[in-house]
Amino acid sequence: MDAVYTIWLRNVKRYLRSRSRIVGSLGMPLFFLVILGFGLNSVVTDSHMRGGYVGFIVPGIVAMSVLFTAVFSGIQIIWDKQFGFLKETLVAPVSRLSIMLGQTFGGATTALIQGFIILVLSLFLGLKVPGAAGFLVALGFMILIGVAFTAFGIAIASRMEDMHGFQLIMNFVIFPIFGLSGALFPIDRLPLWLRSLTYADPLTYGVEGIRYGLSGTATVPPLASLGALAAFAVAMVGIGAWLFRNIRF
Amino acid sequence: MDDQSPISPSPTHGAAGERAGPAVLVEHLSKEFDGLRAVDDVSFRIDSGRIFGLLGPNGAGKSTTLAMLATLLPPTAGAARINGFDIAGDPDGVRRSIGIVFQDQSLDEELTAWENMDFHGRLYHVPAAVRRQRTDELLALVGLAERQRSLVKTFSGGMRRRLEIARGLLHRPRVLFLDEPTLGLDPQTRNLLWGYIERLRDEERITMILTTHYMEEADRLCDEVAVIDHGRIIASGAPGTLKREVGQDTVTLATSDNGVVLERVRALPAVRRAEIAGDTIRVDLDRAEAHIAELVNVASAAGASISSVNVHTPTLEDVFLRLTGRTIREEEAGGRDRMRMAHRMWRR
Repeated sequence: MDAVYTIWLRNVKRYLRSRSRIVGSLGMPLFFLVILGFGLNSVVTDSHMRGGYVGFIVPGIVAMSVLFTAVFSGIQIIWDKQFGFLKETLVAPVSRLSIMLGQTFGGATTALIQGFIILVLSLFLGLKVPGAAGFLVALGFMILIGVAFTAFGIAIASRMEDMHGFQLIMNFVIFPIFGLSGALFPIDRLPLWLRSLTYADPLTYGVEGIRYGLSGTATVPPLASLGALAAFAVAMVGIGAWLFRNIRF
Repeated sequence: MDDQSPISPSPTHGAAGERAGPAVLVEHLSKEFDGLRAVDDVSFRIDSGRIFGLLGPNGAGKSTTLAMLATLLPPTAGAARINGFDIAGDPDGVRRSIGIVFQDQSLDEELTAWENMDFHGRLYHVPAAVRRQRTDELLALVGLAERQRSLVKTFSGGMRRRLEIARGLLHRPRVLFLDEPTLGLDPQTRNLLWGYIERLRDEERITMILTTHYMEEADRLCDEVAVIDHGRIIASGAPGTLKREVGQDTVTLATSDNGVVLERVRALPAVRRAEIAGDTIRVDLDRAEAHIAELVNVASAAGASISSVNVHTPTLEDVFLRLTGRTIREEEAGGRDRMRMAHRMWRR
């Protein structure tokens, strides 16, 4: 347990110290929120969307920001590998599982903070404050997204030699996961083929869960979202731990 | 173990404690990679408080041996015990008993020196109070006390290496592993670092195993060396013994009357051979430094004045040359190494 905390602590320290990274990774979500949100606000009108299109995409953008930060935090293990720091942790008398868990919780924490900042900023953009309970539901889903996708990043990083594959992963895995998730559009009236892809995307359940917390309505029942996302998170932590155990350096 | 130690003597915290027997015992250790024998039937032992050097060209199998002893690589055959713990049977015991300074840096550059130490101490379960005290003491020992709050990315190569050594000692390991500790450092920094390593041995009585392809490094630091080439140990012993086996010390004297001095020098019991070489006298003898005064006395007794004295003692370089027919320097840019360097550049 000590080791998990130690590695978590290092991740959080590094994160809090890198102001440019915090600000930098707020850029894209804010861009999406403001440009897309206000740009399409007048075009997209839907009786289901309380708070307009901006209000509709806030949960999606929060999820996006958690997703990107989480994957990025997980993939950072490659840097630790290249700069040699990973060796220092791997030769210590601690299990690889605890190193992996520390990294996962560390990444999830930074992702949660990042998502939380977006959430607070969107209050200024007109997001209506939900009840405390709804807010906590949203936070719970954000934590699950953070854990699942940091573990996902660690799993990928355990198999990657260097950062060259990073762009590939971003463009062909992470963006599709974001795009298909219903972060930017309602999923209930999609054509069947697209809807099935959407339901295969784990982030959909994260977005739906956060949306339920913040607006009280969602297409997918919240308990189903919770079950699907939690199962995905557990599976990812398992796969990530297994791949990390066999990491080569 | 070390009553006069400036480092607080509480060896049970974090470390495995010192157990009976040699610090390191290696028996017939081998490692194969895809049919290639990187380490071939290597055996040696290291007693407490000694510095043991694995000396050889790049790609000779030094780092692979070290990686096996550090439980990072499973051996293909053979066994080894560190502080009494078997590397295969009790890797955690081994890990608690060793500190490692890797060939490539392994610090977190985004953290301060103090934070790097703290991280290490926590990972090795050193209690908070002990951790803080030892961190202060060790950073002072390696001369980094004033920079403890600076981020490591602002450190020079030598400072980083010193910090890694301090960190490797934080959990009071019985054996400190140093893999090419001065690789890539400038001569002045290297000299400083050697001074620190000697202090660790003399004041802290820390057992060390180091790999190097710098002959002068092995010569200066090691109580005992094993010369390793193509994965095999081809010679081992104290550097002095090894050097004596390959040849004699030579003193070259230039005097105002070489003929007379030569005859008298030849009469000295320590002298094996003496002859005129150009306008100097070349004297072969054992332990030249012990007899230099005698030679000078003889010359002045003969009424000759000495214009120059030159002592040459065989180096470990000569030992390697004698054993392999090659110099280590020729090996430095060997094919495998070039590939490795290229690979490393590519990865950056």
